[in-house]
Amino acid sequence: MAAVQGGLIDTEEEKDIKTEPANDGCGNNNNNNTANDGRLLNASPGSISSGGSNKPATGALEDQQTLLAVLQFLKKNNLSESVEILRREAGLSEDTEDSKGLDSSGAGSGGAAGNVDSESGDANSLLSRVSVSSSAVSASAVQAPSKAGAGEDQPDVNVVLSAYSQQGDPALYDVYYSSLKKFIESVLDCHRAELSQVFYPLFVHMYLELVYNNHENEAKAFFEKFSGDQECYYEDDLRVLSGMTKKEHMRGNETLLDFRTSKFVLRISRDSYQLLKRHLQERQNNQIWNIIQEHLYIDIFDGMPRSKSQIDAMSGSLAGEAKREANKAKVFYGLLKEPEIEVPLDDEDEEAENEEGKPKKKKPKKDSMGSKSKKQDPNAPSQNRIPLPELKDSDKLDKIMYMKEATKRIRLGPDTLPSICFYSFLNAYQGLTAVDVTDDSSLIAGGFADSTVRVWSVTPKKLRKVKSAADLSLIDKESDDVLERIMDEKTASESKILYGHSGPVYGISFSPDRNYLLSSSEDGTVRLWSLQTFTCLVGYKGHNYPVWDTQFSPYGYYFVSGGHDRVARLWATDHYQPLRMFSGHLADITCTRFHPNSNYVATGSSDRTIRLWDVLNGNCVRIFTGHKGPIHALAFSPNGKFLASGATDGRVLLWDIGHGLMIGELKGHTDTIYSLKFSRDGEILASGSMDNTVRLWDAMKAFDDLETDDFTAATGHIHLPENSQELLLGTYMSKSTPVVHLHFTRRNLLLAAGAYNP
Amino acid sequence: MADREERRFAEVPRESVKLMAESAGVELGDDVAALLAEDVCYRLREATQSSSQFMRHAKRRKLTVEDFNRALRWSNVEAICGYGAQDALPFRSVKEGELFFIEDRDINLVELALATNIPKGCAETMVRVNVSYLDGKGNLEPQGTVPSAVQSLSDDLLKYYQQITRAILGEDPHLMKVALLDLQSNSKIAALLPYFVYVISGVKSVSHDLEQLNRLLHMVKSLVQNPYLYLGSYVRSLVSSVMYCILEPLAASINPLNDHWTLRDYAALLLSHIFWTHGDLVSGLYHQILLSLQKVLSDPVRPLCSHYGAVVGLHALGWKAVERVLYPHLPAYWANLQAVLDDYSVSNAQVKADGHKVYGAILVAVERLLKMKALSLSPGLSPPPEPLSEWTPVPLPAMYCELYSFFGDSLAVRFSTGPGFGSYPPCTPPQPNDARKDPPGPAANPDTTRKMPQLTANLNISPRQDGSPRTEPPPPSLARSRSSSSRSGQRSAGPSRDVFPKARFTTPQTGPPAFSFLIGGRQMGRRCQGRRPFQTIFAPTPPLSAVLPRTYAHKLPVIGRVGKPVRRWACSHYSLHLPL
Repeated sequence: MAAVQGGLIDTEEEKDIKTEPANDGCGNNNNNNTANDGRLLNASPGSISSGGSNKPATGALEDQQTLLAVLQFLKKNNLSESVEILRREAGLSEDTEDSKGLDSSGAGSGGAAGNVDSESGDANSLLSRVSVSSSAVSASAVQAPSKAGAGEDQPDVNVVLSAYSQQGDPALYDVYYSSLKKFIESVLDCHRAELSQVFYPLFVHMYLELVYNNHENEAKAFFEKFSGDQECYYEDDLRVLSGMTKKEHMRGNETLLDFRTSKFVLRISRDSYQLLKRHLQERQNNQIWNIIQEHLYIDIFDGMPRSKSQIDAMSGSLAGEAKREANKAKVFYGLLKEPEIEVPLDDEDEEAENEEGKPKKKKPKKDSMGSKSKKQDPNAPSQNRIPLPELKDSDKLDKIMYMKEATKRIRLGPDTLPSICFYSFLNAYQGLTAVDVTDDSSLIAGGFADSTVRVWSVTPKKLRKVKSAADLSLIDKESDDVLERIMDEKTASESKILYGHSGPVYGISFSPDRNYLLSSSEDGTVRLWSLQTFTCLVGYKGHNYPVWDTQFSPYGYYFVSGGHDRVARLWATDHYQPLRMFSGHLADITCTRFHPNSNYVATGSSDRTIRLWDVLNGNCVRIFTGHKGPIHALAFSPNGKFLASGATDGRVLLWDIGHGLMIGELKGHTDTIYSLKFSRDGEILASGSMDNTVRLWDAMKAFDDLETDDFTAATGHIHLPENSQELLLGTYMSKSTPVVHLHFTRRNLLLAAGAYNP
Repeated sequence: MADREERRFAEVPRESVKLMAESAGVELGDDVAALLAEDVCYRLREATQSSSQFMRHAKRRKLTVEDFNRALRWSNVEAICGYGAQDALPFRSVKEGELFFIEDRDINLVELALATNIPKGCAETMVRVNVSYLDGKGNLEPQGTVPSAVQSLSDDLLKYYQQITRAILGEDPHLMKVALLDLQSNSKIAALLPYFVYVISGVKSVSHDLEQLNRLLHMVKSLVQNPYLYLGSYVRSLVSSVMYCILEPLAASINPLNDHWTLRDYAALLLSHIFWTHGDLVSGLYHQILLSLQKVLSDPVRPLCSHYGAVVGLHALGWKAVERVLYPHLPAYWANLQAVLDDYSVSNAQVKADGHKVYGAILVAVERLLKMKALSLSPGLSPPPEPLSEWTPVPLPAMYCELYSFFGDSLAVRFSTGPGFGSYPPCTPPQPNDARKDPPGPAANPDTTRKMPQLTANLNISPRQDGSPRTEPPPPSLARSRSSSSRSGQRSAGPSRDVFPKARFTTPQTGPPAFSFLIGGRQMGRRCQGRRPFQTIFAPTPPLSAVLPRTYAHKLPVIGRVGKPVRRWACSHYSLHLPL
């Protein structure tokens, strides 16, 4: 991780180190750690977790240990003043500190003997990992946090890898693995599926240990022998591994660092776990036991073991499944209350002219908007949970337009499917990389590989620039049509090209008020463009690596970006530095989306997980696993309750945000899904893919089926029905045009966009 | 490393690393090279891996050079300067040196700067909208049609199209020539290609009009020769039009006065030209065409002109096609042809004339087959025989015997036989495995005791030596060969002589070795009967002097030519116009 963030300022780097165990550890109980951190570092703009300090600590012992570890760290760096402060605030005496060695080792052994779930060293596992002794055979030795040497305060590659330096007999790895395999194959069917989860992480770690210790031939033999047993969805990772046969190669390999820095999470029922433990202890199979202790996080639950299909549905990510604790935090997924806007009277007249029964129409409309009614949604965050920009007059006008359009909206359903219009980008020469459409469907923009952003007007209204300053001074500012007068008629054209980036533009997003456009590019910047002057206003620097996606908040002002540096950043348009940094993904962040209430941000990643982040405090509140490939599309349902995600594996997964569960799997696409969109009322989900099709899914049915289910949110073990075919309402071919973007107009006409590839 | 059984990825051998090091002036030990090679492989894989991410985000399926460059740049590798190419670079190999390289042609800047055909700028990127599905069902347009904006033609192009088609199909031959010439060299007509192809596909509707068919074929030729046109999938349509002219019993051929033979010859010529120049596009069609030719040939119901077309078509596809399709089929076909030729009734006269045409075509095809085969077998000449090894061909002597049994001396007359040039002792073949002929089988030849003429010269070098046009240098200009070819077959001395290994003819002459051939076997004269009934006893007449054979040869009223120069190889010499 340090390698990736080399360009960041120091404070952030240190914070990353601290947040790492937070992600590793169980839940939020080590928030004190990060809180302290924030205080110490004077809360830089990027300090995520300053809000987390008031959370109650769950385990006193762990907390104390955490504090001790921090103390030790500070001492190492001669930060005596900070040490004093920390000691005073935490109420720790020097004695406690001295006796910590005993404490922690005791706790460590307890954890090893009993329950891995309460494994004590989590908070300072990084420090402890650094100091793994070469002959570690017992778990207690592993947990001793006392030996953190100087110069190891940053987890540079060497340190991270050094955990592999323990020397076992390379010839025996084969035997160990085989005997475990034999054991697992011989256990009862109900346990076999669960225990088989151990294979993949064990295999990888054993292979890497062999490679790290220069047993190249043994490593190859090991790989040859057992790689075939692994699940097919790990194929890509295995390919990377197979190429890596030298210790030198391990340095700087990001995939590998991911594997080391994060514990692979498995969910196993208590019965199965006991079986495994007993077996390993009986056989004195310490090699494997060590790996399980060190590199695996086994999330034990009480109850029925899961079936193979249940496991397969959730696994596939780079670091195993999400811990159950990770998805326990409360998420306010409801929508914010819409401000009251009086529909002006002249509007009524207009409607009357159209001979539409206005009074009748209006009421059902209000009902249909349900969540936007005057009553506060119980699941919604408070209106001022995060500060949102005030509505301007123009925004109010737009809202009125929106409501008027909404009355003409077609109610979609399985019987009334939307019409589809296709916007084909012609002569794009394979260069179209991103598309966005304004909410009112008046503008369409494309990002191109040649670093340009092009904006088209799709209405007869041409795009015009504002006049130059000199010309503007001549305008009579009191006139009624001043807004019209400021526009330079000479510049009117159907499209405008925005130059400024120095690399392909991978993500673009219109602001809700259509005054701005964001673009993110390979050059590491996000740029804000004015659609009044068609010039670049700001270049937001911070990612330093390609920025794969960016999106405006539905309320404007804020925007989120994510890229190759694995960190998603929250920005405000008037700050040149990010307000929040969301770190935790183990690989590139490939797509970013705002929740409709703007309080949360979802990010999809190449590590095959989706994370939901709280904008308020920067915490990761949901981790969704189950995709088998990098995620390239995300969409929130309009009511904010559900999330849909699409990946290179061609599957769409549906998630319940409130419960943190996977609730549906839509199979049908044969190639990467690049775009997802719910219809305005959320009845239909449209997905667009590289396979040149648009597919429509019955979202209502998918969600309804679930709600009638008696789903045991407690265990989180869902059983997905195989109903993709029932939910698929239609497959629509484009004309050899991959579907890059989908958009529902305010009247529920579906717009699709892509570049024609002859 | 290298001896791993299952290879998951390409590996750079240590030899390559050493070679690279040497070129940079560094001497590497074996172990160092091995280590380096392994590391290079790993780094390459790593870069490939990360480059695929750029591809995915660009929402493409094709990995480009740019993607790879970006991956290198972001992993802090020294940037590779220069421009990436959108298209794949051709990867070539040199057989002798086992050398593989990327073709990197020098660009003549001067030529480029002074070029008159300025490439048309790329069209503006634009957005077009169309309603694809109304209410989620029913298409307004059929699936897969190209958005109309792509094909919308500018007024200029439309005018051009109209003028050109009018000129080509019109009355004025001069105008036609100008139009064809322009079609051949205009760099800006890519957008019109589908229209022209459509016009050409109209051959089926004008099968009664030889003139129009000819013009359409000329149009094909011009399009094929235009270096700025990428025919793409349209080449299929063109090929099918050409095949129509070759094979179909055209309405025009009902009238014996119509010279549809020439049309077929020309179409076959075109076919070979297409295969020649656009081999990469039509390679998938090759077997399909072979099959359809075979089908026509084996269908006795088809008229003889169709058979003729099939034979010239096969001939056009190269001697291998002849060997694979025509040769095995010959015994069966021969019976039918023989019947036609032996019928002297008046009513059969027309058919018999057609039969002679077919006969002549087969003879020419077979002759070339023999020559090329002999050539490919002789060790001194390229290509090496290995291309033949995958298929089990009939050995040359056996083939010659069998063919001789069909054609008799009229086949032999096409090769110089008997004693070679003065220095050669009689009856000694120049190459042991080259052309030595065993006596023909007794069943085939009634007169087994007679000494068969010996095949000694097979020096006609055709540009297509192994029947695979794709690997060959560009073909001779079709236009030139066409215009200067004449049916009478007066052969002119050509540059092909230089190709001949002079050592084979240890002539006492001092000048350039005059290539000629000696006739063993009876001449085929006006009476045109070269087939079996006319096989006669023949006493070879040795040439009197070294100079004489040449003049002698010139006077021969032979069918076809043997010493054709390279540029003429594809001429319509199979149109044996034999007056009966």
